[in-house]
Amino acid sequence: MIEIKDLNKSFNHKKVLDGLNLTAETGKITVIIGRSGEGKSVLIKHIIGLLKPDSGQILLDGKDITKLTEDEWTFVLKRFGMLFQGAALFDSMTVAENVGFALTEHMNLPASKVRSVVTEKLRRVGLVDTEEMMPSELSGGMKKRVGLARAIVMDPEIVIFDEPTTGLDPVMSDSIADLMIETQRAQQTTYIAITHDITLTYKVADYVAMLHEGRIIAYDTVDGIKKNDNPIVRQFLEGRAQGPLKVY
Amino acid sequence: MKSEFFENIGKSAMEFINTTGRMSIMLGHAALYAVTPPFKLRNTFKQMEYVGVKSLFVVILTGAFTGAVLAMQGYDALKRAGLESMVGPTVALSMARELGPVLTGLMVAGRAGSAMATEIGTMRVTEQIDALYTMAVNPVKYLVSPRLVASILMLPLLTIVSDFVGVLGGYLVSIKLLAINPGVYIGRTIDFVDADDIFYGLIKSLVFGCIIAINACYQGFYAQGGAEGVGRCATKAVVLSCVLILISDYILTSIMFGS
Repeated sequence: MIEIKDLNKSFNHKKVLDGLNLTAETGKITVIIGRSGEGKSVLIKHIIGLLKPDSGQILLDGKDITKLTEDEWTFVLKRFGMLFQGAALFDSMTVAENVGFALTEHMNLPASKVRSVVTEKLRRVGLVDTEEMMPSELSGGMKKRVGLARAIVMDPEIVIFDEPTTGLDPVMSDSIADLMIETQRAQQTTYIAITHDITLTYKVADYVAMLHEGRIIAYDTVDGIKKNDNPIVRQFLEGRAQGPLKVY
Repeated sequence: MKSEFFENIGKSAMEFINTTGRMSIMLGHAALYAVTPPFKLRNTFKQMEYVGVKSLFVVILTGAFTGAVLAMQGYDALKRAGLESMVGPTVALSMARELGPVLTGLMVAGRAGSAMATEIGTMRVTEQIDALYTMAVNPVKYLVSPRLVASILMLPLLTIVSDFVGVLGGYLVSIKLLAINPGVYIGRTIDFVDADDIFYGLIKSLVFGCIIAINACYQGFYAQGGAEGVGRCATKAVVLSCVLILISDYILTSIMFGS
């Protein structure tokens, strides 16, 4: 379980996270929604250790990971996988090398074993015979799938998704949502996703949290969030320009 | 108006101190990781090929023509003092002590330094460096250390090539165009050029290799702002490397040959 307690972060005196509290349950999919620029990416960068908070705690199984040393982080990071918004595939490597990268770096496995794991993970995300392709030859949806295969190649306990459907057509978005559900159910992994894709949220989430002005203003199941009467939550879920959320 | 002026000076000074500090820390880490297993040999060899083998042609070209021009200009000046026989040592000493390492450094900074900055900068803005980190791979060890080692190893080798073709270029011009006696040219060159001259030149090139690699990697590592930012970091990598090479050349020359 990941517990975030009273997390604060400012950039150039601008408060981005303002005493944020959130719990991501083990073996569940928690989706964090919110407008662009509200600090969703900043939040996940804290969870994965790319940013250090000004104050507050992030507890992973009860241990505060914000205070870890570099060596301790290296160990903790092996429990995480991450799918980046643009997939962040290494463009000088083939698909197979991308997916097998963490295995090659951390596991002393023979090349044939790495190859079979890579093929299995690619098959799981619906990609076959793509091993030798370069990232530049892939479509946006294929890149996300390869990114997902890379994120789950070490069978991590926690996978973080940064805008998994941004830039994809609705059909491809739906297939990514299916993959998220399928891969999560297979190993009861803890998934944390940030998105402003409400369709994706309703489809995959066990819990939904809404981030607004640096705080979580709503946290509930999908059914619960649909019934939430906070006007900010309502406006965001209904995608209306009129309401307390200003267009700027 | 006056306060704004001093504020800008203060800001620039702070930025300079900040950059120097971060670059020094990166250099320290990269050097430490370079000698700590597991070694990234595949990456290092790949970089050695890029920095060394692929820069060979441009280094040969600049070295040969610089040696040839030196011989022509040197002959003109030395002839007035009746010292035509000193063309050989003039070319050889200039190449070994100064022009070999400096020209090689400038060429590699322009060719490999800009490529390093662009590649790492692109990786930064497309989150590939963050991806390395999230896969528990230290980006400095994976990206910077191999480039640092490759540059430090390849610059002296390229400088030897540059020295050689420079002297050869000078020799050909002196013998074929200026009608200097080949025996005199070679004999005088051997008389006046010590192994120390070549050695100190190679020490310089080693320092230049370090400057090029760490500056290029640093600029790429802290690139921001998309394609424009990557372009800016490549420009900074080349310009700053060239300036630092020339400044450090003066300092090293003062230390090595000052007395």
